[in-house]
Amino acid sequence: MAELRYRGTVVQRGEDETVLDALERAGVAPPSSCRAGACQSCLLRARAGTPPADAQRGVRESLRLRGYFLACRARPDGDLELDDGDEDRQVEAEIVELGHLSDDVLGVRLMPRRAFEHRAGQYVTLRRHDGPSRSYSIASLPEAGALELHVRVVPGGAMSGWLAHTARVGDTVSLQGPAGDCFYLQDRPTQDLLLAGTGTGAAPLLGILRDALRHGHRGQVVVVHGARTHAGLYLEQAFSSLARAHANVRYHRAVLAGEPSDGVTVGPLDAVLSDLVPVPKDWGIVLCGDPGVVHAARRRVFLAGAAMADIRADAFVPTAAAPGLA
Amino acid sequence: MPTLYESLGGQAAVDAAVDIFYRKMLADERVARFFEAVDMDRQAAKQKAFLTMVFGGPANYTGKDMTRAHSHLLRDGLNDTHVDIVIAHLGATLGELGVAQGLIAQVAAIAESVRDDILGRRGAGA
Repeated sequence: MAELRYRGTVVQRGEDETVLDALERAGVAPPSSCRAGACQSCLLRARAGTPPADAQRGVRESLRLRGYFLACRARPDGDLELDDGDEDRQVEAEIVELGHLSDDVLGVRLMPRRAFEHRAGQYVTLRRHDGPSRSYSIASLPEAGALELHVRVVPGGAMSGWLAHTARVGDTVSLQGPAGDCFYLQDRPTQDLLLAGTGTGAAPLLGILRDALRHGHRGQVVVVHGARTHAGLYLEQAFSSLARAHANVRYHRAVLAGEPSDGVTVGPLDAVLSDLVPVPKDWGIVLCGDPGVVHAARRRVFLAGAAMADIRADAFVPTAAAPGLA
Repeated sequence: MPTLYESLGGQAAVDAAVDIFYRKMLADERVARFFEAVDMDRQAAKQKAFLTMVFGGPANYTGKDMTRAHSHLLRDGLNDTHVDIVIAHLGATLGELGVAQGLIAQVAAIAESVRDDILGRRGAGA
């Protein structure tokens, strides 16, 4: 059974345990959030030993090659000597703008203290200095300097509640990342693109759309934003004005409850996508937001002819409590 | 003389086949439930590994691995009929890609050779 060494503690990994489970049991848990391999909060470095390849999925190549892996996905058979990795993975960032985009969505702009390479549509993990960390997608282009994030305010949310009620412009947080492959690919300027998502999944879609337009994308771009009700379509103005300004951009709205009207369809997102683009063969597809909706949409566009390699998805996995710590 | 894997077109053939094959599985309600997975990337990677093996490619699978990988599906009722359906879809996938019948038969024979491992009849699993 694998022996793990971390922060001066030696732990035997139990049969079904992940590295994260084992370290938590030993009381030396690294930070963690989603426990599903998405947020990368629990990224650790193996100083000795080989981390399992499937625990390195989604980890940036430069980090992967240096032994970084996700503790929540790792069930290694061999021994590992672990640490938290280079200090330089984290960047201090200052809150330079903070305001409501809708009743329950905050727009946050963060200015990194030093160069922070990223693409619109990728996600970063924000960490407050007193602990909690959460991941958010980037809606802005790198040229903008500050990173624009859209934060849904969750009742009792450790990060969103702090941002909504306590944080002030001038406060700092630490930024880690970026991660994720939902960004504009400039090597296919004529490919038709379907950008679809729910809730604050619209943030990366806006980022990708901005990036596509900046690169002079020539294929059509169909943006579909879904929400429970019309009130959740918080980027209506931004998307509508981009669609008006660019002949190849279409913007559609999908709500689960409400009255259909021009450009607004009532129905689940995957069904709306299927009506708009019945045969998405050769389309580039990006799906972001609610995990169930993203999965249903992904399955649907794949069955309708989209290639797996052309579908990129970012399911916004809710924060999970560690077992026994809830 | 080229190997089966070379005759089929190697890695490129696996890449071409995996989407068609996976799509057939998900679209066939008789077997779809065994291929439903929240993580479609991981599921597609498994299909790719399977296709590489039955194409006679550089696969690292042992019979024991096949048994272990499918044991949870046996509890969900995986049986010979389902394996028949999968092998038929495999043949149809290759047919769509224009592969000659003789090569399809060789691929089906390799798939046949792991049937007992998949269905846990080899007693290899621990």
